[in-house]
Amino acid sequence: MHQVEIATTRETLLDSPEMVLNMGPQHPSTHGVLRVVLRLDGETVIDLDCDIGYLHRGMEKIAENRQYPMIAPYWDRLDYIAAVSNGLVWVETVEQMMRLEVPPRAHYIRTILTELNRISSHLLWLATHALDIGAVTILLWALREREEVLKIFERQFGARLTCHAWRIGGMPSDAYEGFSADVNRFVNNFPKRIDEYETVLSENRIWLGRTVGIGVISAEDAVAIGLSGPALRGSGVAWDIRKARPYAAYADVDFDVPVGENGDTYDRYLVRLEEMRQSRRIVQQALEKMPDGPVNAKTPKIIKPPPGEYYHSIEGPKGEIGGRHA
Amino acid sequence: MPLVNVPKPTFSQKLKRFFLVDLMKGLGLTLKYNLGAITDRDAVAGHGIYTEQYPKVRPDVAPRFHGAPRLNMDPETHDTLCIACNLCALACPEDCIDVIAMDIEITVAGKPRKKKVLDEFIFDTSRCMFCALCQEACPTACLELTQDFELATYSRAGFVWNREMLEQGRETVKYES
Ligand code: SF4
Ligand code: SF4
Repeated sequence: MHQVEIATTRETLLDSPEMVLNMGPQHPSTHGVLRVVLRLDGETVIDLDCDIGYLHRGMEKIAENRQYPMIAPYWDRLDYIAAVSNGLVWVETVEQMMRLEVPPRAHYIRTILTELNRISSHLLWLATHALDIGAVTILLWALREREEVLKIFERQFGARLTCHAWRIGGMPSDAYEGFSADVNRFVNNFPKRIDEYETVLSENRIWLGRTVGIGVISAEDAVAIGLSGPALRGSGVAWDIRKARPYAAYADVDFDVPVGENGDTYDRYLVRLEEMRQSRRIVQQALEKMPDGPVNAKTPKIIKPPPGEYYHSIEGPKGEIGGRHA
Repeated sequence: MPLVNVPKPTFSQKLKRFFLVDLMKGLGLTLKYNLGAITDRDAVAGHGIYTEQYPKVRPDVAPRFHGAPRLNMDPETHDTLCIACNLCALACPEDCIDVIAMDIEITVAGKPRKKKVLDEFIFDTSRCMFCALCQEACPTACLELTQDFELATYSRAGFVWNREMLEQGRETVKYES
């Protein structure tokens, strides 16, 4: 573990020495295995040091002796909350290396389903984040909406979490019967649900007390430490790969990139809520414009991209996710 | 640590805070849901109860669901559809499948010929990640991932399915509703 100088000049409550507390890597509340060394003054966290790497599962090594189509299901498991987005990086990387022309219908269905995945990922974030700081109700409400999305995934891909959603060159099968109706129902109901979350949280004094001014990351710091996704935008940096380097059908839909002002937890909360609204807008537009036609490109039987280095990245729900082929 | 400029609350905001308006709004919404759960009605979704009564009521899983594997048989002759081509085993990233074939003697147009047929089929559900690559590789629609999702067993050995289990399916406990 790398060492970080932690300033100890601050006076502590009751003049007692600061307490150093080791949280994780197995602490159940860390949502994934992360080790955090905390310096505490009473209940205030003065400083902390993160030790990452506990989720390293040797995916690269596994990928070394698998064929190209076989690697896709493993990519889902890099972030099982956003398996549909993750799967997209892999297939798009290989498609671009092989210069496959993916039909527009597949691009639109991919856009709809990755945006639904963004919503479900943000909902799970909202659920667990609210739960951790004391709002249990939101957990149940957010999971209720997430269930709607997972049902659509189940009907489309045959699985709810690790969907194995895409195949190189297109999709395993076309949108199921009733896909538009299901997505439309979700799209119509969802704004009222977000408003409900806002009613309970956005003005609530306990919520404000526990998020406003907490965990502030300035825009310079956010860029310097390489943050991306909603965490970066919460600090006020308008960077979104969907706008900067559009992939799938994002060039054809209209949406805004919300940014925060202060870079605190409350701003990141607002950014994520607004992103869910924007995702809903994207889904709605993509569903309207979705063309008919095939969903698979002419793909060779044996998938063998030309050797060489290639990098392609997309905007996942949690930030930039890239696939690098070397 | 950079500090944040939080705007000072206005008088009306202070007044609202004093009368607990923010908390009351949230509580009102929660109470509305309690009422919805009693009457099973909700303005947005049309129903207020979300709990599924599993195992008494089994959930309707989607037709495309990737669950327990099955080897399909010809509905008329009840012969297996498997031609022992081994493509499913080659497509599987996790090496879960073992296709064991044997040669039998048949007569084609009066001449003796050898034909490869399926002898035994081993499917290790403990390592399977239900990605359905095997199902897509199968040329005869023999291997299929079905809607059955109850795969728990009492032993590790129970996860390894043989041809009989794959063809007949497994008995699962059904509960009266
Ligand atoms: S579903 Fe995937 S992991 Fe399971 S046996 Fe088939 S190919 Fe292998
Ligand atoms: S791919 Fe189908 S036909 Fe070939 S061995 Fe597997 S189950 Fe049998």
